[in-house]
Amino acid sequence: MNDTTAVATKTASAAPTPAESALLPPVDVFEDATGITLYADLPGVPKDKLHLEIDADTLTIEGEAQLDLPGDLEASHAEITVPRYRRVFTLSRELDTEKVSAEMHQGVLKLRLPKAAHAQPRKIEVRG
Amino acid sequence: MSFSLFSRDMSSRDMFSDLERLRRELQQTFGGGPSIRGLARGGFPALNIGSTPQAIEIFAYAPGLDPASIEVNLERGTLTVAGERVSALPEGDEKAVVHINERFAGRFRRAVSLPDGIDPEAVSADYREGVLHVSVKRLAEAQPRRIAVQ
Repeated sequence: MNDTTAVATKTASAAPTPAESALLPPVDVFEDATGITLYADLPGVPKDKLHLEIDADTLTIEGEAQLDLPGDLEASHAEITVPRYRRVFTLSRELDTEKVSAEMHQGVLKLRLPKAAHAQPRKIEVRG
Repeated sequence: MSFSLFSRDMSSRDMFSDLERLRRELQQTFGGGPSIRGLARGGFPALNIGSTPQAIEIFAYAPGLDPASIEVNLERGTLTVAGERVSALPEGDEKAVVHINERFAGRFRRAVSLPDGIDPEAVSADYREGVLHVSVKRLAEAQPRRIAVQ
């Protein structure tokens, strides 16, 4: 699940320039019979600064962290140095990209990518 | 100290994160020794600390917590942030397959040694969008005061 060269070329021409570095948010991804669930840690990102995009089989998660910092704040220690997150995944064909749902709660994004009906497991009855 | 940049599997890493770590390691090497109560990097939650003439501001990037469960303590000049984050992964579901498991789960605790001259009574904390912001005011001692003449 890495961004391929083709994807990198495509996104480079869009808004995020290569100079705009971004943090790679940690994710959990698990799959059950009906689809895939993804959780991503995006602390500091309000809902309106979250950008989700599915272009063909590419899922892009982008977010901008916003903090109300006092103007005269002098940083003495920083582990989060870039207020931006970005991560790209390649989706597989059986996922129904029309039915993706997303929710954001306390800096955690939850994405549900259901499988298309034909890709869901069916029990085949054996006759005779 | 080791430069881990080249031993990593680059395909699974964001190059900028690696460069950023390299930059920090270089800074650590050439920027003088850390304090005896220096803050270890890494771990959960990530911390950013800054100061203004009036206060010390601590930001802990701890998404997905119940604000009521976060323990913030200030004792003898050391601020600790502790709590627990429950895993989002399904447990006991045999049909579920975990593909990626990177997010922190379990109990956590981080400590920050505060400078002298802070007011332990003037601490405030709020939690928004997964970021805990603790503000510790400095004592008013250093500020100019007018003394009334009897």
